[in-house]
Amino acid sequence: MLGAVALIPILLAIAVRLSTNTLAAGEGPPFLSRVTQNGLFVGFTSMVVAIPLFLPLTIGVVAGDTIAGEAGQGTLRYLLVAPAGRIRLLLVKYAGAAAFCLAATLILTVAGLLIGAALFPVGPVTLLSGDVISVPEALLRSLLVAAYVSLSLLGLSAIGLFISTLTDVPVGAMAATVVVSVVAQILDILPQLAWLHPWLFSHYWLGFADLLRQPLDWTSFGTNAVVQLCYIVIFGALAYSRFATKNIQS
Amino acid sequence: MTVTAPEFAIFSEGLTKRFGQQTAVNSIDLAVPSGSVFGFLGPNGSGKTTSIRMLLGLVQPTSGIVRVLGERMPDRLHTVLPRVGALVEGPAFYPYLSGMDNLRRYDSADRYATSRSRSARIDSALERVGLSNAAHKKVHAYSLGMKQRLGIANALLRPRELFVLDEPTNGLDPQGTREVRSLVGLLAAEGITVFVSSHLLSEVAQMCTHAAVMSAGNIVAQGTLAELRGVDTARVRVLTPDAESAIETLHRLGLVAERSHSEGTATWVLAPVRDQAVEPEIIAAALQTAGVRIRAFSVEEPSLEERFVALTGKGFDVVQ
Repeated sequence: MLGAVALIPILLAIAVRLSTNTLAAGEGPPFLSRVTQNGLFVGFTSMVVAIPLFLPLTIGVVAGDTIAGEAGQGTLRYLLVAPAGRIRLLLVKYAGAAAFCLAATLILTVAGLLIGAALFPVGPVTLLSGDVISVPEALLRSLLVAAYVSLSLLGLSAIGLFISTLTDVPVGAMAATVVVSVVAQILDILPQLAWLHPWLFSHYWLGFADLLRQPLDWTSFGTNAVVQLCYIVIFGALAYSRFATKNIQS
Repeated sequence: MTVTAPEFAIFSEGLTKRFGQQTAVNSIDLAVPSGSVFGFLGPNGSGKTTSIRMLLGLVQPTSGIVRVLGERMPDRLHTVLPRVGALVEGPAFYPYLSGMDNLRRYDSADRYATSRSRSARIDSALERVGLSNAAHKKVHAYSLGMKQRLGIANALLRPRELFVLDEPTNGLDPQGTREVRSLVGLLAAEGITVFVSSHLLSEVAQMCTHAAVMSAGNIVAQGTLAELRGVDTARVRVLTPDAESAIETLHRLGLVAERSHSEGTATWVLAPVRDQAVEPEIIAAALQTAGVRIRAFSVEEPSLEERFVALTGKGFDVVQ
């Protein structure tokens, strides 16, 4: 799966390189028009492209598999009898899912930087606000964006962990987690539910654009962090309450 | 500080488990003496596996208490389970990992196991079950018997005070079965309690010192193997063409005889003998004097299988 994640920026860059069309401003995903001028934008564009479906899909697979996968294989009972401890098992599994979030975003970023540098000219980056930043700083901001997106996915990972404690069928848990992320994004679009939007875990996912301003605007980062933390706490508690006394029949 | 071993390795009082309307385990009082090899018998669906899962803290009892190695379960599972080796409802492993890596994974899940001795302990466990040569193969390539042995190796990873083995010889070839039996014997000789759940009555009869029989959620018999067999009640079996005379003769000796099945022209006549009331030689002599032709004559102790069927019913259908 991490290999597939790495493919996104590679395919994107190759597609842009091979195409002779020039895009009008505003056409296509954000930053795509800038890719031909500066290879450092490949990472950002890939991130924007991957966030709505692909990254939540991979997170759904990993988070949904955490407990349900062990149950489905029958190994859960042996882990618990070792004894691994139910709380410790939940924490270790969540840490694994969180590590995957970070790995996926880093791989996306690094692959994007590498292929962008390979296929397009690299130079100082012109930010949204008009300011120009140097290449090292642009690299730093790329890493910040990766950190932002990793953080964004932690709430969904917690939801996935909770759903995973509800079933012995890993595919069901994976699918349900992905459905949750899609539903959240759909709700986020409906103007009638505007009051709900700030509470949705997916609402701030594309807010990393704030990190591409000069000076760095941390408000999105901060708000996103708080929202994700709330989801982690709530769904972590739900996962614990469900799992701690669950009858393990698998 | 030395703690004296509790009298019972497993002790339950009124242990019950209800799933919604269905009572899987109905107020059982298990008493497994320390150091014994205890057979846990029962037809499919009798509540054996649910009981075992309650012992290991996997399932919460609805009511009643259970103590394993003297301590309440599931409250004290962190102190109890490191001392218990278990094989529950068949082995389960990660198919993409090798046998050795699987054991390593389970051992690292046990936070009370020291990592320094891990390799040595894994090697020794694999050797004891005869899997040293196959340790590096991926588990998806293992046969059922090999997975079973690996499951037993998992239980052997650390020195244990109690083994809970659910069908330990399932899928094993005769050599493997003998090895398991001798392993159980060795463990028992070291004073370790072995709790074996099995359908193979002949095996339980050979290996175990005590047993309990479950039926439809209840324990219908429990005690030493001798008590369970009802050694006090032997049985006379006579194969004769003169069934009526035989029955009459036995009746005169004070025994209640009945016909069983026929074999050709002769019929089997059976009579229970309580507390060796009448000696076999006297019965044989009496039959001869009465002119009863004897084709076969024996006095035998009842088999565990008959006792088991008597306790749990002849029906083939699963009870619940």
